Amino acid sequence: MSGARRLLLAGGIALALWGMGYGLWYAVFAEHQALEEIGASLSTAFAGAAQRDVAQSAAALLRYRESKYIYDRQVDVHSHWIGLAMVLIVLGLCFDKLSFSENTKLWLAVAFLAGACLFPLGVLFQVHDRGPLPRILAISGSALEIASLGVIALGLARRQSFAPTS
Amino acid sequence: MPSSQNGSANASDKLAEPNETFAPLSARRLLLLGGIGLILVGMIFGDIFAVFVLHQNASRVGASLAAASHAAFAGDRAAVANYFRDVGGFLENRGTKVDTHAHMIAFGYLALMLSLLAPWTALSDGTKRRLAWLFLCGAGLLPLCVFLIHYVGLAYSPLKSIGWASIFADLGGLFVIIALASYLYGLLKHFLSQERAAVRDHLLADSSVAGRLLLAGGVLLVMLGFLHGSYYAAVDLYRHEALDCSILSQVTLGAAERNATAVDNGLAAYGQLQGEKAVNIAAHAHIIEFGVLSILLAFFQPYVDLHEIRKHRWALVFLLGSFLLPVCVLLEMKFGLTAGGLADIGGLLVIVSLLAMWVGILRHAGRLDAGDAT
Repeated sequence: MSGARRLLLAGGIALALWGMGYGLWYAVFAEHQALEEIGASLSTAFAGAAQRDVAQSAAALLRYRESKYIYDRQVDVHSHWIGLAMVLIVLGLCFDKLSFSENTKLWLAVAFLAGACLFPLGVLFQVHDRGPLPRILAISGSALEIASLGVIALGLARRQSFAPTS
Repeated sequence: MPSSQNGSANASDKLAEPNETFAPLSARRLLLLGGIGLILVGMIFGDIFAVFVLHQNASRVGASLAAASHAAFAGDRAAVANYFRDVGGFLENRGTKVDTHAHMIAFGYLALMLSLLAPWTALSDGTKRRLAWLFLCGAGLLPLCVFLIHYVGLAYSPLKSIGWASIFADLGGLFVIIALASYLYGLLKHFLSQERAAVRDHLLADSSVAGRLLLAGGVLLVMLGFLHGSYYAAVDLYRHEALDCSILSQVTLGAAERNATAVDNGLAAYGQLQGEKAVNIAAHAHIIEFGVLSILLAFFQPYVDLHEIRKHRWALVFLLGSFLLPVCVLLEMKFGLTAGGLADIGGLLVIVSLLAMWVGILRHAGRLDAGDAT
């Protein structure tokens, strides 16, 4: 088994375990509280409207926006880490079919794995920092993913165009 | 064959024989047939859910939200709370159906991956077989019981807040975790072993036309999904988040100020926004999942006992459906039922082609068993 394939398989399994562990922690310690807060703040906003209390309604909607912003990102991080791990494992299995040198394949695997780790991490940091840095991290991670996948597709296509004549 | 393909192969490599790894009731056969079976059942369930439950449920949620807004408009606080309780009930009903669909398919993918990794798992054949059965039992039990949560509720439950369906769903999850952990142990044992011979699986070395088509198509689908996700995050995500809150603000302010037009316009805009979000997320998730499934199916083409031309055609049908469904889901907001119908046809093409491959694998298994018997 080549180093690149081993890196993608081991990295994919590790990332899947990390994503599942994160999801388990979130489900046990944070998710129910977050859902409770989203539901309660929305209900309070409408109850405030029923009482003609515009200030209470607006304050509750702000709480709703804040808790929904955090909840959406936490869930996205969990699902993207595991989803990307699946892609890493599946592509790892066919990585030896790419018509690149072992060195290029290793760098490609490093870039793909780095993107899979960084993209959700950038999304997660947005929960704590609303500035541009987490967004830049997330965008860089996803760009790395797309670029690597493009090169992988090229590697597979090159192999296929070679296959009938070899 | 290009040199790169054999780049990692050594003279001492152990080539896993097709008949040896696909023996009757072997872990690979059980996981492959069970995995595709789970995916098929999960997809058919998803189609039934989409046609008969999803839209009706969304209408009920919308109607309850509208009723809550009108109750706020009328100054009836108690009714607001009641309608929000109804919304919670409808969302739970929808959530358990979505979870059933998603878990069954995800377990199917896992089964296919475990089936592929079987030659690298350093466990006895008997242990692998028992673990495969345990995995499949858990993978069937969990989604079934999640589906029943909404209907069984807390009936005859010994616990205050957890019903029998949830208890059995957790038991199913435990079976899956035990099986996965054991397979992971087997993989680690293989890779940490000093005297292991490198395994070369014939499935991974396959280069049939159908296999290459599914592999290239799968990578393309995953890339399209990534590109769509990036586009959505860059253009729509933050706009949708801002709109979500501003529309709700418009509705509550309209209700507080007894402005019926503002409330009704806000509710219409909110429904439109939820629809836009749902189709984008569904398209993104489905195209990537179909891409991953396509890549997985590419590896198993040597087991599909159909004529090469038919295998080629079924691979094309699978890819066509995998592309049609997410694209038409995305177009549902613009073209309504026409796009929805085409999306359903896309789903049907995926199901039929998957069924054809499954039958092909069953034929291969039957032929192999008959050969063994003689």
